[in-house]
Amino acid sequence: METLMILLIGVLIAVATYLILSKNLIRVILGTAVLSHAVHLLILTIAGVKKGNVPLLKEAEAPYTDALPQALILTAIVISFAVTAFVLVLAYRTYQSNGTDDLEGLRGQENE
Amino acid sequence: MNNIVVIPLILPIMLGIALVFLRPYVKTQRVISLLTMVAIAVVSVIMLGRIQETGIMRLDFGGWKPPFGILFVADSFAVLLVLTTSIVTAICLLYAFSSIGEKRENMFFYPFVLLLVAGVNGSFLTGDIFNLFVCFEVMLLASYVLITLGGEKAQLRESLKYVLINVLASWFFLVALAYLYGTLGTLNMAHLAERVAEAGQDPILTTIALLFLVVFALKAGLLLFFWLPGSYSVPPTAVAALFGALLTKVGIYALFRMFTLIFIHQPEVTHMLIKGMAAVTIIAGCLGALAYKDIRQIVAYNVVIAVGFVLIGLSVSTEAAFEGAIYYLMHDMIAKAMLFLLAGTMIYLTGETRFDKMSGLIRNYPVFGWMFFVVMVSLAGIPPLSGFVGKVLIGQGLIETGSYVLLALAFISSVVVLYSLLRIFLNAIFGETIISIEDETPLPKRMLTPIVLFAICTIALGFGAEGLSSYVSDAANTLANPSIYIDAVLGGK
Repeated sequence: METLMILLIGVLIAVATYLILSKNLIRVILGTAVLSHAVHLLILTIAGVKKGNVPLLKEAEAPYTDALPQALILTAIVISFAVTAFVLVLAYRTYQSNGTDDLEGLRGQENE
Repeated sequence: MNNIVVIPLILPIMLGIALVFLRPYVKTQRVISLLTMVAIAVVSVIMLGRIQETGIMRLDFGGWKPPFGILFVADSFAVLLVLTTSIVTAICLLYAFSSIGEKRENMFFYPFVLLLVAGVNGSFLTGDIFNLFVCFEVMLLASYVLITLGGEKAQLRESLKYVLINVLASWFFLVALAYLYGTLGTLNMAHLAERVAEAGQDPILTTIALLFLVVFALKAGLLLFFWLPGSYSVPPTAVAALFGALLTKVGIYALFRMFTLIFIHQPEVTHMLIKGMAAVTIIAGCLGALAYKDIRQIVAYNVVIAVGFVLIGLSVSTEAAFEGAIYYLMHDMIAKAMLFLLAGTMIYLTGETRFDKMSGLIRNYPVFGWMFFVVMVSLAGIPPLSGFVGKVLIGQGLIETGSYVLLALAFISSVVVLYSLLRIFLNAIFGETIISIEDETPLPKRMLTPIVLFAICTIALGFGAEGLSSYVSDAANTLANPSIYIDAVLGGK
């Protein structure tokens, strides 16, 4: 199971890297979104996929699965959700005022 | 109880949210945000006193004993930085009152400044590395909003790059955290330090350490500072001053925590690398500071030089160098904010951004001109002012460890800083006046006052270094002996 997850993470990161390196702004943002999914899976996998019971004392028997990675992922998901939403709005506003969504066109050297 | 430890985080968050609902009442927002900063400054002075009496303070949230829960740890280093942060922010707010403009004040400027400060203070005080990530994100999201607020063309363009770079850096932070948790199975910093010491720092841990180095180097502008000059020159002056003073310093703080507490067992790899990166940062920063005629760029590259200088203090890791780095960090927060305010005010007064298009400002605005002189002398490290103590102590650390090349580099960089600012001073402040008395833009007293306050701060820090020395040496002692920090968190109670 772990091997499969790691392969999946690898594929996601490869896709995300490709997207981030493109010139189109929306693709870059989608790339960061895919990247964040990859790292969430990485956190889940690296601490060990389901090793034991639900971590509820008295309800289930030891050994318990470590619940902390899931708490970490939940926090990270909320943060990446907020950031992605913000970047999307920012990209739209930049497109409106600069008239392009091509990163080459957003270099901005004209004032030098 | 030690509930006081959480006040620098909780107060700005609560009031920041409250201010969102007070949107139409700009005056109220101003008063509340300023009072918050003063309150945090008072609280941190009280905390400094208590740390002197009883040692490092900690607060376990929800009563979960370390290493299981999230906790805040207040040692002298963190609290000194919290204190400086609140003073600098208060003065920048004073400047913002008269310069930021109604449009931004109505669009939640003050709430986001408070949230930014909450993130910064949280990063300083937290004792849990995942919590550090969260506080970083709080700070960054607030900074994203502050840098884009106003929505001018260039501003949007540059802030997009700033945001994307930081999203990527945060991603690396998460990857490093995942690896760290996978290898050591804990997130509490003191506990991490203990486990690294027990297991020995094997190559895997060193690799993780290097990953953290990349993350924080991006945030601090150590070597990877390519995003910094562009994004620090677009926001309005008060915001740029806040960024220049606070944001890179949080990255520097995180580097200090990581490489004085947790990853200390292979200095020949990690600390050597920091040393090299700091040296290259200084050289590149010097080149940038000399290459441009746009004063915003010169000021931004001065930030880069300072980052390199402070991290040289980290790389040699002697107690004197730590002390110097702490003094220099505090000095730099004050002096850089002042420099950004001065540069912004010069642009406001003349309508030009290049110093060769300005001239003779000292005849039109004498006090203002002398303020520029003060900050220049202070950044160059001339004795009575605040830059001196830090430079001497870092120099002492370098001599103790025999790093004479770095010593030469560090002090040549001071000369370059002096030269880059002297160019502005001679061209724009001295020289023939080109603005006649009738044409000159009036310089409001309310814009000049914050600059004078910063000048007083830098002079006070220079003369009062002796008074601060007990706190600073305590902070440096904790950095040099990580066992003090670990015992305070894990030992007993």
